Amino acid sequence: MKTIQEINEKIKKGNVVVLTAEEVIGLVEEKGIKEAAQTVDVVTTATFGPMCSSGIYFNIGHSKPRIKLGGGHATLGGVPCYTGLAAADLFLGANALPDDDPRNSVYPGEFRYGGGHVISDLVSGKDLVLEASGYGTDCYPRKNLKTYINIKDLNEAVLYNIRNCYQNYNVAINTSDKVIYTYMGILRQKLGNANYCSAGALSPLLNDPLYKTIGIGTKILLGGGVGFVSWWGTQHNPCVERTNKGVPKYPAATLALIGDLKNMSGQWLIGTSMVGYGVTLSVGIGIPIPILNEEILEYTAVKDEDILAPVVDYSKDYPQRENRILGLVNYAQLKSGHIEIKGKKVPTSSLSSIRKAREIADVLKGRIKSGEFLLTEAVEKIPSVDSKYRSKPLKERKV
Amino acid sequence: MERIKIVLHFPKQLVDKPIVYRLVKDFNLEFNILKAEVNPNEEGLLILELKGQDQDYKKGIEYLKNEGVRVQPLSQDVSMDRQRCVDCTVCVSLCPTEALEKDPQSGEVKFIKEKCIACGICVKACPYGAMKIEF
Ligand code: SF4
Ligand code: SF4
Repeated sequence: MKTIQEINEKIKKGNVVVLTAEEVIGLVEEKGIKEAAQTVDVVTTATFGPMCSSGIYFNIGHSKPRIKLGGGHATLGGVPCYTGLAAADLFLGANALPDDDPRNSVYPGEFRYGGGHVISDLVSGKDLVLEASGYGTDCYPRKNLKTYINIKDLNEAVLYNIRNCYQNYNVAINTSDKVIYTYMGILRQKLGNANYCSAGALSPLLNDPLYKTIGIGTKILLGGGVGFVSWWGTQHNPCVERTNKGVPKYPAATLALIGDLKNMSGQWLIGTSMVGYGVTLSVGIGIPIPILNEEILEYTAVKDEDILAPVVDYSKDYPQRENRILGLVNYAQLKSGHIEIKGKKVPTSSLSSIRKAREIADVLKGRIKSGEFLLTEAVEKIPSVDSKYRSKPLKERKV
Repeated sequence: MERIKIVLHFPKQLVDKPIVYRLVKDFNLEFNILKAEVNPNEEGLLILELKGQDQDYKKGIEYLKNEGVRVQPLSQDVSMDRQRCVDCTVCVSLCPTEALEKDPQSGEVKFIKEKCIACGICVKACPYGAMKIEF
């Protein structure tokens, strides 16, 4: 048994033992849970992939004369921002598109540039054009504004993602006889390919399946800078079926994350285009798990073959919201490049990047070992398996 | 599938065979002849633009190769920008010729240019804009 305070003392003294969630598997195999739990203090987990419910809020500072953006219109880099806040505050979501983007009118649309790309450009230090209009008031008389802005001149620029870090996800396939374009990528007809999106055994919430250490207030690596878990994410759904080791077999928990965009990097926040679907932001996240006891260590030793994911048909069941799956496969199979569905060998691709996730787990490990990154105690737990918390579908009512 | 332009080199003994006829008939591909010539050594050169289903295209190309036709994409200008590629593998299962391959150890996605037939699907599919094609 260890406490987070004790682990932080070790971090400060420089004798903390940190392994990545992939490395810890080997150690547990070699030494067993008991001995490994005494040796290891922290396990780093990570993920890098498209996460649509991401966005930034920022304050541009007041112009002279003043303009009220709230209730007006604003675009950054040609992409519309949300103006339902006060005079100088804007929010930009990763999925936002320029008004004149052809979208899917030329099917499948290319979606070359949108909110995710603007966030990426902004964090990379590029100058971007802000164009805005307000309706004019006695205290905010100005009606139009067009200027370059740069992240270093903004008062605050904060990444605030209301749903990231999905604990497990669907494997997408297509049983129809035509190609489809989805947020899970291009899916070829007649089970031509299968796409998945999780780092598997390296993924944060699959290493802490019951949220015993990750909770509100947990300090994390977000987009290469420091961030925090601010809440559970939207569509959080912890009460799904699980393996006997507590690992959910379906998409389950999600996290809402926050962090200072100014300390992040374009290397870990990348605008992405999904043909026929839209734009989004790929986000790099690293979460440390303090090894407080043997139970927590055992969770982090989870292997790809122990994690199952549902195969879902995106040609009909997903769009029609049918709760049907074609079976479960594990991440070792998925990562091997092929899975078998209905007796057919189907090639697999991942939307999330294991190579980037490994880099993030290593960066976090390095920062902890160098004493730069201390661990935090969660201030509150997120709803877990005993919470009865469920993500509900929309109940439509006649208007 | 986008339209694909390919260069076919027919050795002497194949010039008289109804190969293109079978390619079109058996594999359901639409074609346009952009250029056709028989050189003084009696070897044939044919530049075709093909359109059809990816699977059919792949099988058609296999058929040509089995017959002894040398197949070369007209555009050799597909390239991978390593700075942009995040090795996600989205392109790997879509490539009809296994020109994009994941290294099982490092997880790095490699582009094997010699195998590429410039079909363009990876260019469309790569979320990070890492694959480029120039005609
Ligand atoms: S889809 Fe793009 S980013 Fe992903 S591996 Fe292929 S080239 Fe790289
Ligand atoms: S263009 Fe891309 S998908 Fe098509 S053959 Fe070449 S590498 Fe493969």
